[in-house]
Amino acid sequence: MQNVFLGDYVGYGADPEWTVKTVMDLVEKGAMAVRGNHDNAVGNQREQLNVEAQVVMEWTRGELGSTERRFLEELPLVLKDSDRLYVHADASNPKSWRYVTSVEDAARSIIATSAHVTLCGHVHRQALYTMSATGKLTSFTPIAGSAIQLLPGRRWLAVLGSVGQPRDGNPAASYATLDTKRRELTYCRVPYDVEEAAARIRNKRLPTWLADRLLLGK
Amino acid sequence: MVKPWLDVGAIIDGFRLEECLHQGGMATLWRVSSAGTTMPMLMKIPKLAEGEDPAAIVSFEMEQMILPRLSGIHVSKFVAAGDFEVQPYIVMERIPGNTLLRRLPELPLPYAEVVEIGLKIAEALDDLHRQDVIHLDVKPSNIMFRPTGEAVLVDFGLSHHDRMPDLMQEEFRVPFGTAPYISPEQLLGIRNDPRSDLFALGVLLYFFSTGVRPFGESETMGGMRRRLWRDPVPPRRLRPDYPGWLQEVVLRCLEAEPSWRYPTAAQLAFELSHPDQVKLTKRSERLERDPLRTVLRRRFNKDLTKSVIRPATAIQISSAPIVAAAVDLTEGSTELNDALRITAERILATLPSARLACLNVLKLGRIAIDYTLDEQGHNKRIDRLVALRHWAEPLKLETHRLTAHVLEAVDPANAILEFARANHIDHIVIGARKNSLLRNLLGSVSAKVAAEALCTVTVVRAARAGEAGQS
Repeated sequence: MQNVFLGDYVGYGADPEWTVKTVMDLVEKGAMAVRGNHDNAVGNQREQLNVEAQVVMEWTRGELGSTERRFLEELPLVLKDSDRLYVHADASNPKSWRYVTSVEDAARSIIATSAHVTLCGHVHRQALYTMSATGKLTSFTPIAGSAIQLLPGRRWLAVLGSVGQPRDGNPAASYATLDTKRRELTYCRVPYDVEEAAARIRNKRLPTWLADRLLLGK
Repeated sequence: MVKPWLDVGAIIDGFRLEECLHQGGMATLWRVSSAGTTMPMLMKIPKLAEGEDPAAIVSFEMEQMILPRLSGIHVSKFVAAGDFEVQPYIVMERIPGNTLLRRLPELPLPYAEVVEIGLKIAEALDDLHRQDVIHLDVKPSNIMFRPTGEAVLVDFGLSHHDRMPDLMQEEFRVPFGTAPYISPEQLLGIRNDPRSDLFALGVLLYFFSTGVRPFGESETMGGMRRRLWRDPVPPRRLRPDYPGWLQEVVLRCLEAEPSWRYPTAAQLAFELSHPDQVKLTKRSERLERDPLRTVLRRRFNKDLTKSVIRPATAIQISSAPIVAAAVDLTEGSTELNDALRITAERILATLPSARLACLNVLKLGRIAIDYTLDEQGHNKRIDRLVALRHWAEPLKLETHRLTAHVLEAVDPANAILEFARANHIDHIVIGARKNSLLRNLLGSVSAKVAAEALCTVTVVRAARAGEAGQS
């Protein structure tokens, strides 16, 4: 089994040090990880973030040691593994952090690479896009727990949602599992102690909206 | 690359091509064998050459996604699938025999046989819909029968799976289906209503019982769209001896508005297996089509040609369950029966499409000869039917939502279990008697039903009045 992390380890939560150390530890043991826009903002003051995220970012920079900061700065923007491509946002220009929220966005990302499957995050809602051999796009809102066969004759872009801050009205963490042998993608939702995560955000005097939205899933 | 041609003896991924069974527009079907497999197998190879219909590719992809997810006796068991880059194919269980298409020269068939075929297909559709799949191309050439009698649905190339991307929908944006059978809502681009399959089954039943297709064979969009506002000629006009109840069922399946049809395939199957309990509305008596005035009003009613958002298949099915209430009619059961009625009422209250089947078991002796008449010469069965309807009367259910059944059996629990299984009952409500000598001697019927039923069972007890102080 291979763990892959699609970025934004820091930026909204109250435990950036623990999170980055955990990812570092897993990468050392063979996991793959790419850089997200919030990770990028740690060492890059010019990265554009919304007002709340700016506040958290200032605090986060004071929480992370130099090893963790260097780890985030050095993470690749894109990783390829066989016919799969891992990226935080739109793969056609990873540095511009464009969201994939429509079939047009998905088409731009898919045609820019040769990957059979692109897995990304950035948008905090799960979605699946597919392009047929004739270039037609289909979008689909996945249902957690139902395996979908990623047919080899077409190309796929899977937005996996967000572990720490889903925005589809369901606070349960979003991720997905990919069975590469059977080409089966299963979107997953798993409940966790959201109250505690929200309490920790409030205790650090970070913007309360960030705590509230965790509970609402928006 | 796709191989240019395939011949007998060719081996693809360990499957040997034995015999070409069918050359269709979209695919070729081969009988195949494989070392170590005794199950008869069929390989479907799509026609993907240049210039072929792109729909062939997409429908093959849909089948490749859906078939491995299906299970049960009403579908061919999935065996293997081949990669697109090398040689696309699907290998599945081969069902012996022919499709229903072979029966066309014999039409019209006897009514009893049409009803039997309809019931089997409705049961297969119920099973499919419960797996979140809508077939969307129900027609004689897509229906086969196992040697044991069950209908098997084949070809999921146009199907919709609620939990998977609908490649057909996005790819073409024009309706796909088979002209005589396609439902009005499919013509409007709706692909997620399970009742579309009930419409197609209605067309099949009409055709098989009259020899005439209810909406003709026109394949033009305009010709097909007529079914949105033009009702078919009532079957009784074509065959004067056409049973009223069957016309009721067939015309209800053919309603242009999906919500005027049966809510689920299970409810259609229930009607087909209980002809004497079908509520005969105006539909059953009709001899003429609707007058031109009515047709014109429908023709220019924009609401009819507007698509409405459909809830998921699973939600549609679960909102229209068949509930069975096992009612004990022996004396001294009043309290328990009241409690049973209250429970049934609560279950039905939130589900306007649910229906209630009231059951009573007429116990037969193991050895003694039974008389259907009691000492006073009353027919016991009819007495009990009357009593069942009387029990259900306070529920004030519309006639079509209520049926009464007296089962004759040696073992009441087995009779209830068998009825539930055969009629696809979703929920059994049954009373448990207080400890009594009879119960100690016979064992508890409700306990056995609760333990062995395949569906949800609610065991109801009479109010606990008078038990205060006991612990």
